[in-house]
Amino acid sequence: MTTTLAAPARETRTESSPKRPAGRQASRWLIRAASLVTALLIWQWLTATDATLWIRFDRLPTPVEVAGQLGLLLRDPLYYLDIAQSLVRILTGFALAAVAGIAAGIAVARSRLLSDLLQPLFEVVRPIPAIALVPVAILLFPENEQGIVFITFTAAFFPILVSTRHAVRALPTVWEDAVRTMGGGRWRVLLSVVLPGALPGVFGGLSVGMGVAWICVISAEMISGDYGVGYRTWHAYTIVDYPAVLVGMITIGVLGFATAGAVELLGRRVVGDR
Amino acid sequence: MSLAFHINGVSLGHGDETVVRDLDLDIRPGEVLVVVGASGCGKSTLLRSLAGLLPVRGGALLADGAPITGPSPDRALVFQDDALLPWRSARRNVELPLAIRRVPRGERRRLADHWLAQVGLADHGDRRPGKLSGGMRQRVQLARTLAGEPKAILMDEPFGALDAQTRAAMQRLLVDVLRTTPATVVFITHDVDEALYLGDRVAVLGPEGVRTLIDVPEPRDPATRGTPVVRAAREEILRSLT
Ligand SMILES: Nc1ncnc2c1ncn2[C@@H]1O[C@H](COP(=O)(O)OP(=O)(O)OP(=O)(O)O)[C@@H](O)[C@H]1O
Ligand SMILES: [Mg+2]
Repeated sequence: MTTTLAAPARETRTESSPKRPAGRQASRWLIRAASLVTALLIWQWLTATDATLWIRFDRLPTPVEVAGQLGLLLRDPLYYLDIAQSLVRILTGFALAAVAGIAAGIAVARSRLLSDLLQPLFEVVRPIPAIALVPVAILLFPENEQGIVFITFTAAFFPILVSTRHAVRALPTVWEDAVRTMGGGRWRVLLSVVLPGALPGVFGGLSVGMGVAWICVISAEMISGDYGVGYRTWHAYTIVDYPAVLVGMITIGVLGFATAGAVELLGRRVVGDR
Repeated sequence: MSLAFHINGVSLGHGDETVVRDLDLDIRPGEVLVVVGASGCGKSTLLRSLAGLLPVRGGALLADGAPITGPSPDRALVFQDDALLPWRSARRNVELPLAIRRVPRGERRRLADHWLAQVGLADHGDRRPGKLSGGMRQRVQLARTLAGEPKAILMDEPFGALDAQTRAAMQRLLVDVLRTTPATVVFITHDVDEALYLGDRVAVLGPEGVRTLIDVPEPRDPATRGTPVVRAAREEILRSLT
């Protein structure tokens, strides 16, 4: 669906601006940069003048203070250890969720028995916010580490499952019929039709899954981690180191942006233009 | 290398609805049988049953004497449109039936190129279906079907979505290509002229079964178009269609 919608848009764009792409592109980047810089300037102004409107900016660190803190932390090995720790947790949870979510999504969409068997379970568990599973995770797993990965897994699993199921259900039957009348069996249909056909939808689910996985890994670290960006940010708050809190938040933002971009890029490489 | 179908007292349907009742028809090995009939009379339903995608309600549906219980590479189905896998290039689409038959990779490619050349698309093997015209896509589908070397080809309005000119070109191409294959062909169309040009026989299907079965005089000879015998056959088909 998304690919058929995207194709004409791409065409009109290349047709309507054959001459001015470079200049237009540059000016668009300029606007984007100006937007960020303006936001920073307003922040600096509000915090430097200790503005107290109805919300109070007198205790919020200034961007300059935050930048100073960031400079310090960039030279601190612990900062990188935290990032590595969070990345290991989220990538483990996300990878497991991707495999399980895609497999379960296909199973539920393709088999009536498996759908009857699993669907009620999924529907009951799905509305529970993954972060509410912290107590369960603590009870179930011998170590914190596994609990955090479990929560990340649960968070990413459901969006991937649902997108995969919808994408598989929406596949036109003609492709499957064609492969079956060529003598293709169940596995051939799965590998040559269902998986590649559902891929655009699956990647939609992976993008959403990566987003919620970050929310949950950070929250879980804040509650029960002993390393990681979330833990460090919360720790900074408890010792009233506000600039470090903001550095933590910015770090989370950048990491989230980078992983979302990686999923997007991989999706474009794998799905290609159809 | 060509299948005979034996259809005896067959009932077909979807869900609660029975579409075709008590159908009798014998399809001879190697012939081109064209099926025409009003929209909704069950032509596609019949074809899907012959392909093994739809089980029969009752009666005997036999391919070379054996009951049809499921799909088989012997009986290929050609669809109206959009049956190619859009993420595969034309060549990789044609390679698919070969891959299913476990033909070695190099041989697969050689055969795919051969069949693409047969339908006049030797230079378009690398294109995705989305980058081909409707007529080209149907030619790729034809190449894909022929690559599987089926004993029967079941075609469901394969040219129905094409404009008149492309359609005429495709009919000529089909006649050319069919000369090189011994396969039995069952061809569904709404176009009586197409039926008379392509078929050895034309069956007019109605809800009560086969209404008329006409032997086409001088099949696949364009020179006979408009001659009195063919005009008579045309009149007879049109009469039983209404
Ligand atoms: N998948 C389906 N489920 C339920 N009913 C169906 C299905 N496919 C077809 N039918 C019904 O079966 C009847 C015959 O349909 P079929 O597609 O075989 O007709 P057709 O002769 O091929 O028509 P057309 O010339 O328009 O293609 C129709 O009444 C249709 O509503
Ligand atoms: Mg039909």
